[in-house]
Amino acid sequence: MSKLRASVVGASGYAGGDLLRLLLFHPNVEIAQVTSESNLGKSITKVHPNLRKVTDLKFTSMHELEECDLIFLCLPHGTAMNSIDKFKALAPKIIDLSADFRLGDPALYEKWYGETHSRTDILSEFVYGIPELHREEMRTANYISSAGCNATASILGLYPLYKNGLVELDRTVIEVKVGSSEAGNKSTASSHHPIKSGSVRSYQPVQHRHSAEIVQELSFGKEMQVHFSATSIDMVRGVLATCHVFMKDDFDEKDIWKIYRKEYADEPFIRIVKEREGNYRFPEPKLLAGTNYCDIGFQKDEFSNRLVVISAIDNLMKGAAGQALQAFNIMNGFEETMGLEFPGIHPI
Amino acid sequence: MALCSVCDADISLPKGTVQGELIECPECGSELEVVSTNPFVLDVAPQEEEDWGQ
Repeated sequence: MSKLRASVVGASGYAGGDLLRLLLFHPNVEIAQVTSESNLGKSITKVHPNLRKVTDLKFTSMHELEECDLIFLCLPHGTAMNSIDKFKALAPKIIDLSADFRLGDPALYEKWYGETHSRTDILSEFVYGIPELHREEMRTANYISSAGCNATASILGLYPLYKNGLVELDRTVIEVKVGSSEAGNKSTASSHHPIKSGSVRSYQPVQHRHSAEIVQELSFGKEMQVHFSATSIDMVRGVLATCHVFMKDDFDEKDIWKIYRKEYADEPFIRIVKEREGNYRFPEPKLLAGTNYCDIGFQKDEFSNRLVVISAIDNLMKGAAGQALQAFNIMNGFEETMGLEFPGIHPI
Repeated sequence: MALCSVCDADISLPKGTVQGELIECPECGSELEVVSTNPFVLDVAPQEEEDWGQ
């Protein structure tokens, strides 16, 4: 089988780097070009040193991009939508890892991103990028918009409950603890080591943008709210979403097990983690570093109708590059797990 | 065949399973004790639990 020629635009960031790591070992992919305006002409190993002796690719400019089979866009939010026609002219398929095409409703984009969307005419051409929810649409899609990392952890954790109409629609509280790589590869005063080290920083107690995606994917046509907060902790990779939902009826844990088993038993990258003994009884982001898994656990409060759902991912993998490659495999008819088999390491 | 007392998964028990035997649920990983063989009934095996809130 001939290999697909894929280019990565904006490949100097952390998500772009992980995507290159995956693509370089994908049996059906040849990387055509990788672009970075700030690292033009440099070997990609200058920016992604883990790829030394794996590739001799160099960064080129976005303006020198040539035709290929598929383009991955790893650009800052707001950039892809303003150049999308150029990319569409160069490749028949695009996977955008930014937030530009995640929200189907342009009014929501304006509300959450504080600016008017410049390409509302093509929003409906993009399929939202979580394979577990949109696999069938992806099989025939030309354009996919990868989901936000915090949104991915939250949505996958709660999807079985919302899909089956089991929870009260306005009382869900989600608290995510996230690693510093979510903030990207540009340093700031607040990321300076003496300031950041050891910190537990409530960086977005309310009005996090990913709330919009969560509502979009979990509402199933009904009015609903999620109350979302994000805390940055002393971790490089990972998201741990602790989701508090209130069940409409009196379910016991066996019922919850059945619901999650029904939705996820055949999913290659979803694992239900809820054990009574051992060191890792519930999902733990540390174990997922470099993997495409989403681990989900739960516990029912015996004294109320509250159910706590715990969901963990690697933000750069299932929350970005891994999710994008899974979608890539689906839209091109490849084995869904191809290039994503890494099970993580332990101890870490 | 028996049901896991924690997650309700169907569990195949090998021939010759005896009362008091400990098995692990393949779905939820719980350690279960065979408390009866006719019919097969499983219950959670006793274990120490952590409590970090004291």
